[in-house]
This record gives sequence, C-alpha cells and structure tokens, in this order.
Amino acid sequence: MGAAFLSPEQATYWFIPGWWLFLAIHVLGLTCFGYIVTKRLVPLVQGAPDFRFDRPWLRLQKVLQFWLGQWKHPRYKFAGILHILIFAGFIVLAIRAFAVLLLGAQQNFLSQSPPGMIGHWYEIVTEYAATVVFLCMVVAIGRRVFFKPARYAVPAKYGKGHDADAVFLLALIALLMIADSLYQASRTASLVQQGQIVELPAMLSLPWFIRNVLSVTPFSTLWNLYRGAYIVHQLTFYFLLCYRPFGIQFHVETSLFNIFFAKLDRGTVKPVKWDVSDEQSDQLKSLGVKRFEDFTWKHMLDFYSCADCGRCSDNCPANAVGRPLSPRFLTIKARDYSFEHYRVFGGSDGDQPLVGNIYSQDEIWSCTTCGACEEECPLLVEYIDKIVDLRRGLIDDGNVPQTLQRPLKALESRGNPYGKLEKKRAEWVKAAEFRHQCDVKILDESEAAETLFFVDSITSYDDRMQSIGRATAKILNRAGVDFGILGTKEKDSGHEVRRFGEEMLFRALRDDNVQAIRGSGVQRIVTADPHAFNSLKHDYKNLPPVEHISQLIARHLKSGQLHLKPVEDQSKVYAYHDPCYLGRHNHIYDDPRYVLDAIPGLRRVEMKRSRDRSFCCGGGGLMLFYEPKEEQRMGVVRVKMAAEAGANVIVTACPCCMANIEDAIKVAGLEGKMIATDLAELVEKQMTDNGPQIKPQLVQKQNELATVAHSS
Amino acid sequence: MTRIFAYIVHKAGVADDSAAELVAAAKMIDDAASPTAILTGYGTELDTVCGSLRDTYAEIWKVAKEDLAYPNAELVRKALLEVLPQGCILLVPHNHFGIDLSPGLSIKMNAAFVSDVVNIESIKGANLKLVRQEFGGQLSAHVRCDVSSGAVLNTRPGAFKPLEGSALNGLVLDKSPLVGALTTKRHFVETIVADAGGVDISKEPVLVSIGRGIQERDNVAIAQELADTIGAVVSCSRPVVDAKWLEKSRQVGTSGKTVKPKVYLACGISGSFQHLAGIKGNPFLVAINKNPKAPIFQVADVGIVDDLLEFLPELTNRIRESVLSKR
Amino acid sequence: MEILVCIKRVPDTSENEIELNSNGNDIERDDLVYSVNEADNYAVEEALQIVAREGGNVTVVTVGSDEDDESLRREMAMGANRGVLISDEAFSSSDGKGIATILKAYVQQEHYDLILTGVQAEDSAAQIGGMLAAMLDYPFAALVNSIQVMDARKLKITREIEGGSKEVNEIELPCVLSIQTGINEPRYVGMKGIRQVASLNIPTLGLSELRVDASAVGEFAARVKREDYFVPAMGEGAEILQGSREVIIEKLIELMRAKGALK
Repeated sequence: MGAAFLSPEQATYWFIPGWWLFLAIHVLGLTCFGYIVTKRLVPLVQGAPDFRFDRPWLRLQKVLQFWLGQWKHPRYKFAGILHILIFAGFIVLAIRAFAVLLLGAQQNFLSQSPPGMIGHWYEIVTEYAATVVFLCMVVAIGRRVFFKPARYAVPAKYGKGHDADAVFLLALIALLMIADSLYQASRTASLVQQGQIVELPAMLSLPWFIRNVLSVTPFSTLWNLYRGAYIVHQLTFYFLLCYRPFGIQFHVETSLFNIFFAKLDRGTVKPVKWDVSDEQSDQLKSLGVKRFEDFTWKHMLDFYSCADCGRCSDNCPANAVGRPLSPRFLTIKARDYSFEHYRVFGGSDGDQPLVGNIYSQDEIWSCTTCGACEEECPLLVEYIDKIVDLRRGLIDDGNVPQTLQRPLKALESRGNPYGKLEKKRAEWVKAAEFRHQCDVKILDESEAAETLFFVDSITSYDDRMQSIGRATAKILNRAGVDFGILGTKEKDSGHEVRRFGEEMLFRALRDDNVQAIRGSGVQRIVTADPHAFNSLKHDYKNLPPVEHISQLIARHLKSGQLHLKPVEDQSKVYAYHDPCYLGRHNHIYDDPRYVLDAIPGLRRVEMKRSRDRSFCCGGGGLMLFYEPKEEQRMGVVRVKMAAEAGANVIVTACPCCMANIEDAIKVAGLEGKMIATDLAELVEKQMTDNGPQIKPQLVQKQNELATVAHSS
Repeated sequence: MTRIFAYIVHKAGVADDSAAELVAAAKMIDDAASPTAILTGYGTELDTVCGSLRDTYAEIWKVAKEDLAYPNAELVRKALLEVLPQGCILLVPHNHFGIDLSPGLSIKMNAAFVSDVVNIESIKGANLKLVRQEFGGQLSAHVRCDVSSGAVLNTRPGAFKPLEGSALNGLVLDKSPLVGALTTKRHFVETIVADAGGVDISKEPVLVSIGRGIQERDNVAIAQELADTIGAVVSCSRPVVDAKWLEKSRQVGTSGKTVKPKVYLACGISGSFQHLAGIKGNPFLVAINKNPKAPIFQVADVGIVDDLLEFLPELTNRIRESVLSKR
Repeated sequence: MEILVCIKRVPDTSENEIELNSNGNDIERDDLVYSVNEADNYAVEEALQIVAREGGNVTVVTVGSDEDDESLRREMAMGANRGVLISDEAFSSSDGKGIATILKAYVQQEHYDLILTGVQAEDSAAQIGGMLAAMLDYPFAALVNSIQVMDARKLKITREIEGGSKEVNEIELPCVLSIQTGINEPRYVGMKGIRQVASLNIPTLGLSELRVDASAVGEFAARVKREDYFVPAMGEGAEILQGSREVIIEKLIELMRAKGALK
C-alpha cells in the first residue's frame, strides 16, 4: 500500500465496497432496533393509562439529577463509582460512536474529528473514556466472577443465575472498546511507521497501549486490523443495540424515559385508574391489577428499566427476614412474563392472572410499604403503587387472608380495626390521673379549637399506646397550643386500608374524617402517628396544614417556649429509630434528632441503618394483624441493630413502631437490657415546669391558654 | 308425672360422664323421678355399659342392633322412635352426638326441643323453666318450655353436677325386639383420628394458655400436663410461637386465632392488648402471673399471684388426686 | 347443583359488648353491629365453592324482617345468585320448630339438591337444620367440616367429633347439612361488592305465598319461649385469691368445676 490508510468506507470487504456494506449494516441494525423497540412497546400501548406529562420542568430537573447526575449511585460506593465512570464514559463515547459510524456511511467523510484545539482535547477525552470503560468492564467482570456480591445472587426458586448473561454483555462492551481503540491505534501505528507526524494517543490510554504493541507490526497486518476493527466495532455496536432490549441492559435506552416519567408526588398512592374519577370507579367491573395488561404503561416501562442491581431487595426488610417478597424479583418476574408473552419474534398471548402464576398472595401481602426499595433504586423504579394495585386486585376477587378480614370488617362497622365501640374512642382522655393534669377538648358543637390533635386508632384504643396520646396532649398543653380531638367522630385515618387495597373503604373513612375535620373549623392539624400524618398530608385533599408532633416540639424548642431538663440516668444511651412514614416518606429526619439533642446530657448514637436507610419495624396499621411467613421478625432485627450501636434505649416517634419494637425487645431476649420510649413520652417526662403547678379550674386554664396563644 | 329418659352416650364399653349428669338433671325436673337410661349399640360393649349404669339408674333400656354398633344419629333416631313412649321427656348430652340427634328427633316425636340447657329451675304444670346461655356465654336467659307433648332436652356437659351416693340395683331391659329393620340415607364410613398437630384452639371450651412466663421450651410440658388432666388444650400468646416453642396454630391474638372458650387459664401471660383481643365471648379468665402488676389482672375474673412453674404442677397433681378420689 | 343456604342476621359478638337493656327483657341493641352469623357465612362460602366446581346456583334465604335484607345482599355480594326474604307478621316470635316449618314450606315450593345452615347462631340453639331435615324427611348431618361431591346423588362428608377427630359419612341427596366454622376460608366481601348488589331484587315471601298453616307458626304455636335475659352473679374485677398455695388451688379447682372446666 505505502500510502496512508483509506477510510473504511473507501475500502473493500470481500468485493463489497465498504460504504455499501456499512450502510447496509446501519440500515439493518437500525431497522432491527426499531422493530424490536416497537414490539417492546406493544404491551405498553395496551397497558392502563398513566398521566406523566405534567410539570415537565420538574421532570427535567429529575433527569438532570438522577440520570445525568447519577444521584443514587454512590449509595453503594464501589458499584456506584464504577457505574458513574461507565455512564460518563458512555456519554462521551456516544458522541464519538455516532461520528465513527456515520463516517462509514459516507463516501467522502474525510475528517474523523473536529478540527483544532477542541478536536485535540476531544480526542484525549474519548481515548481516556474508552480506557476507563474498558477497565471498568474488567473490574465488573471480575466482581461478578470472583467476588459475587450477595445482592446479585438468584435464589433457586427464581431460576438460574444471571451472571453468565451479565458477563457476556460486559465482555461485549469491553470488546467494543478494544475494537474502537484498535481501529484508532492501528491507523496511528501505520502512520508512525511511515514516519508521518501524527497525534499520538493519550498516554496510558487503551489506544496508546495497543499502538505500542502494534509499533512493529507489518503494514498489511495493520491494514487488516484497521478494517477488521472497524467492522467488528460496527457489528458489536449493533448487536448490543439490538440485544439490549432482551435483557436488563435495556435500561441503557429506557433509563432516561423512566426517570423523566418518574412519580413526582411522594407519600400518596396512585388512583385506581388515572382516567376514571372516584365516583366513576364505583362502576368499574374490575379493580386493581390482576393481569399483566392491568399495569400502567409506566409500570411496564419500570419492568424494562430494571438493571437487576439488587439494591432494592438488599434493603427490603421483608426480604431480610425471609418473607416471600423480593422487590427485585417482583420486577424481573414481570419483565420475564412480558418478554415471554409479548414476543419480539412471534405473536403475543397474554391475559393470564398474575397471582397464582408469577406472584403468590403471600408475596403481595408481605410488603410493609416502607419505601426502602424506591429510595434505593437508581432508576426510580416504583414499587408501592404496584403492590397496592395488586392488592386491589386481590381484594376485588375476595382473596384476603382471614387475619385481615376481621380488622377490615371492624373498620367498616366501627371505624377502627379492633372492633371496639366508637363511643369509647376518646376514653383515653378520661384516665384517672391524667384527667386532672390535662384537660382535652372534644371538638363538637360546644367546643372549638385552633389545632386538631388527630389521634388515630392505635393510640385511641391500645392501652399501651394511649400513653403516647396523653403525653402528646400534655406537650401541646405545655406548649400553649389551643387544641382538641374529634373524639367519637374520628375514624381511622385509613392509611393502611388504602395501602392494603381496600380503596372504597378508605374513601368512606376519609370522607367521614374530612367532614368531621372541616366541621370542627380547625386551622391546623397535629398528630403523633406518622401513618395518620402521611395520610392526612398526602391522601386527603383540601385539609388545613398537617404536622407531626416532633416538628411542633422542635419549633417550640427553637423559639424557647419549651424547655427540656437534663437526663437523670447517665447510663442510658439513646438510639433514634426513623419511622418509615415520618422519615423516608416525608423526609423528617432532623426534627426528632434536634429534639433529642436538646435534652441536656442525652447520649445519642446512630444505628447503622438510619435516616433514609432506616429498617422498618414490621409495619403498622393493618400490618399488625397480618400473619406473615417469615424467619424472624423485623422488629427483632431492628432491636439488635440498636444493641449493636451501643444503645439501651430505642426512641421512636410512631405508635406502630412502638408496638413492634416493645414486642421485639422481649422476643430478642433483651428485656431488662433495652427499653423503648416514644419521643412524645420522653419529651413529656423531660419538660420543665414553666406553667402553673396547681390543678387549675377549667375556665382559668382556658384563659391562660388564650393568653399564651395570643402572645406566642 | 311424665316419664324421663336419659340417652347414654358411650364408647368402648364405657359410659360418658354425662350419664351421671343426666340423672341430676332429671331430678331437677322432678326430684321424685327415677329416670330411665336408654342406650343403643351392639354386643358385649353395650352390655358392659348397661352393667355399669345399674348403680345410677333404676331401669336401663337397651337397644342392641348390629346396625347400631356405631352411633349413627340417623339410625339411632329411628330406633328411639320405636321405643320411646309418647309424651316422654328425653335428656341428651349437648355434644357432637346430641347436636346431631336431638333436633330431628324432637320433630319426629312431636315434642318440644331445647338445646344446651345449663340449669333447670322449676316446673309448673307443663311449663318447665330452664336456663340457657346466649351470645357465646355472655348472657343467660330463662326459657319456658311446654312439655305437654313431651320434650327433648340437650344438657350442657358439666353443667349438672352428678349426685352423690346412689346404689340402685338397676334393671336392664332389652328393648331390641321393638325395633325393626333400620334404613338410612346416611352411612357411616370410618373415623379419622386427629393427629396431635391438628388442634383447633378456636373450638376449644377450655384453654390452658401460656405466655413468656413459661420461660423455656421444656416448661411447655407443664402446661400440657395440666391440659391433659382436665381435658383441655394448650394455647399461647405470640412470644411462645416466635420462640418456636409451639406452632402457630396455638397462638391466640390479633394475628393469631380468635378463641371463644368458656374458661381461659392465662399462665405467665402479661395481658397485652394484642393477645386479649383474640379472646372473645367473655370467658371465665383465670390469670396466673408472678407479677402482681401484670395488666392481665385488670381483665381477669380471678387472679393468682404466683410462679406458674411451681403453681401449675401442684394444681395438676391436686386435680388428679381429686379425680381419683371421686371414682 | 341447586344449593339453598339458610342464614341469620345476628349481633356480631366479636365487635359488640352484649349488655342487658334497662328493662331486662332483651339486650341493649342501640349500638350493636349486625352481621351474617359466622357459621352461615362459612356455609355460603362452601356452597359457592361447590357450585364453582360442579355448576349450579346458590340461593340464600332468611326468615326475618326488612332489616335482614342487608345480610342477604352481603351474601349475594359474596357470590350467591339469589336472595329470598321470608317475612310476615304472623311469623314473628316463632320458636325453632316454627322457623323450620316456614322454611320447609319454602323448600317444598322449589327444588334444592342441598340445604346448608350454619351449626349454630348467637342463641347457640343449633336446631334449625336438624328440624328442617326431619320435616322434609331428608337425611341430616351436623357439624360438617368437609364436603366432597361423589356424584349427582351422593356426597362424602366429614363431621367434627370429640378430640378433633372426624367421622366420615356418605349421604344421599337431597339432604340438609349444618356447617361448622373453619371448613374453608370465606372470601372477603369488599365495599365495592356490596355497592354493586345494592339494587338487585330480593323478593319477600309471606304467609300467603308460602301457604303455611298460620296455627303452626308464630307466638302462639311456640312451645319454647325465652322469657328474659339476665347476668348470672359474678364478682367484679380480678378477685385475687388469697391464702397459701394449697388453699388457692382448692378454691381454683372449685371455680373451674363450676365453670365446666373440669369434667
């Protein structure tokens, strides 16, 4: 040859002109890809509607944060950084890849890169990018083969392992990098051999190594390597492109969309059907998800976008205690179902029930809706809405465990899951000593207040939890808050009722509560129950602002209206357990900690899993009635975490957590070594007396409160 | 006075305890009455039972037929109709057999029927005043029964205390010839004996329930012995199941079973709300707990502050002794 | 198979506190929550499962008043094809035999292969099924905890007997069975189901439609009458037994015997 290499499009491959061959591969590859994606969209078109086109700027922000910014990835440091490098490398190389591919399709494309300084730096960046990606592939493969992180493991009941496929794909990407670098390096090597001045690849980059290896390779070999590398690159690129939609790598394409269309409104649950109003949904023949086609298109997109990283299941408390639920496999099984029944090659059949087929009833009832999975997922895959939809389907068909039927029936007839009389809902305010210490207004025709203390069922009826109600009332009193309770007009907030799929019953409870709340004329609502808090805040509409007691206490501490005295027992070490519906779902992590730290001399430690990584206590509301199949209780795991952190007191801010944790202390055999206290109970104990000591007359007290209220 | 008969349930040649109780019940209807025992069956087993009744019954009517070897209520009913005189009062124990037999029998006899009688107060003319319970035992009720054309009364086992010291020399009469060929559309096939694991605590009238106070797996046997002695079943609260000392089917509580016993012995159970919520029907609740402040004492009918690990074995022994001394 | 299930609307004992009213002649009914008698609900579920396997229809019937309409509807929401309310002034205050007489008249107007009732209702009488069977001359079995259809004319059933053991029987159709709780796991009836049956038609049948002899039913025909309710004398709170352990044991044994815990 002698002269410089021809451009690949000018070369001839076995009598076929390069550009023609490459054009054909482009057309074939893109057509294939287009066809595959179209087939993949078929079930989505049949899926239920999902309104995800609102608030585009907010969505764009999420794309920048979670897609471009890879925000969730560093939660698992090693894998996270690895992925960020791979992702960054891909973005950089994508631009280059298009350029290289286009090159092959054009007859007269002379330049491969932009001219001048930009071109120079661009070359360097892409060379390092390819190197980094290649190295990451090697590390990733090594990790898969030798270190086998636990969260990648596939339990036998879910089929065979996913490692082989993963390694295959990683290897192909590595091949892509090599092909690209070889293509570049072989040309550079030929030019250098001929003594031409040419830009060498960046130091220690992959092309740099290859060029050095090829420095004395014969010209004709280099020419063949050059042409070969190009076509291998192109073929590998298109193979990957068309193969990705058949597995977890589809997330490469779908992740951008999955994040753009991600759920914006935390804490609430999707309506039964997006295009059907509440009143109309009464008429629907079938509620909930029973077949794959009942999922919304976005949920189906979630199934495609799962990268099988296992972070969700790794953090799922149900999975940790051996319940039959693993979020990762909830998704993978659905995805496999859609691949099997909506085939790319061949037709589609479907319409089979999901439960009893790919899902079991226990699997679906096992979820405590703690949200750890959603918090962890880098692709913002949603789980809670799917579980709720599946439960709606089970409820619709009457498939409800007997242990849940009783409390549901009691909620319907008595407004509380215990079946206790409505008229006894406010009995807790009449407890002997408490009555004299603190007067609690019952809001009705004769009494009004500015703030509503929404008590909810467990605090109203459970003998142990009533003390949380009393402590909260005393705190509100001391803080000078003009408050009252709804008393017998209050019904269960319905938070779990909704999340267990009984949407109609939830609406009945909600409507009754809304009527009572509006009728009372309160301006604010406070509650000590995070489930009630979450429901009133997100599930209910058009209510006065809602607060959790920890927020109120923190505020009053900061303003100096409440003072806390020092701890007496110096041997106590406190660990705060973040309730799921206060912490993770509502981001309230700091206020409770501020309150604890405001107690002078209080020694506080953090458990390994805290804040948004808090480990669910076992679930509240209806979950307290459900009998799961598990190897141990979530509460026990949590209590052991507290002990491990060096604590002998667990502080929580949720009565359901309290029920689970106190029980767990006994089961774990830590009775006498560990106690549990509610934040409100602790604050009530440590509150200093800055009010009158004598038992005031009712009228005098109301006047005082009025004075305090006006002056604060 | 109307003639009173007592249907005797028996198994393997031994009369059921209700046999003696029915005599007491009969005496409460008419203290001068001398009830006649009536039983169906076959072979030497039947004869043995008849013999054993001679102390407590003045007259014993025996209906021996091969078809009646197993007590099939459908066949027994037909046999009794051939033998019992018009307008008599028949007492039957209210158990799985009496529930099966009596309602239909009363219709065929054109007699009144009252089930699950716990007390008999008086009789005025043809009006018998009885006591029953309703709403799972939460309330008692006075019931008036017109016995002018006879009655079938099912009495609650254990409600009528057998009378002391009778030494009649009862006469066994064979009434078998009165009964012709018996046909039925319900045929007994076999009995499947329950395996120990198949216990349904929600049906049990007496429960010996244990909680954390039992302290370790080996001590569960203490409760089991008491239960065996009094014919009760062991149940428990959640911690015992979690510790895997008993299987889940034994758990009483909101996430366990709902039970409606008549008597509930809560041993070493603190009385948590979740546990108590599984006990319905307001049973007679005995709490045994070494902690005098245990919340269970607020809801129990009777409380015993003692260490259950010592109390229960002594209780079991004492009951055994008293049963032996009765015989 | 045509199955009839006789149901009763009763105060829910698990969600109510049953108390005497001020007159002492009835329970305080103001705050009560009513539901379908638990055992009857199991019977309806069993009927639905049989019909799902064998084909046929399930009819639910009750003898009562307008208030009982909601119970029939609930069972129809569960899946029963038809609901029938039997109500007439002349039927009120009937005793068990009276009720059975009324039901017999209804059954004879229709054709049913299988009639189910729950073992007992809140009054623990456990009598209707057996009485109805005797009146119809159908075979009967009480405390049934499993049903297997052998063919169009025969069932294999098991009965619950002492100690948790089971008695296996074969019984010919048509027959009457009283169903024990725990035979199956009744499906959940949600609010949606209840709303959807709200407008279905439930016919009411009275004295004339059933051609019942008025003198055989109602208050005057009843030979068994409940006169009142009362609370037997009992101590308040937990009476902590005093004395030495032996003394306490003796006291406890006596109490247990009185309450029927010792045989």
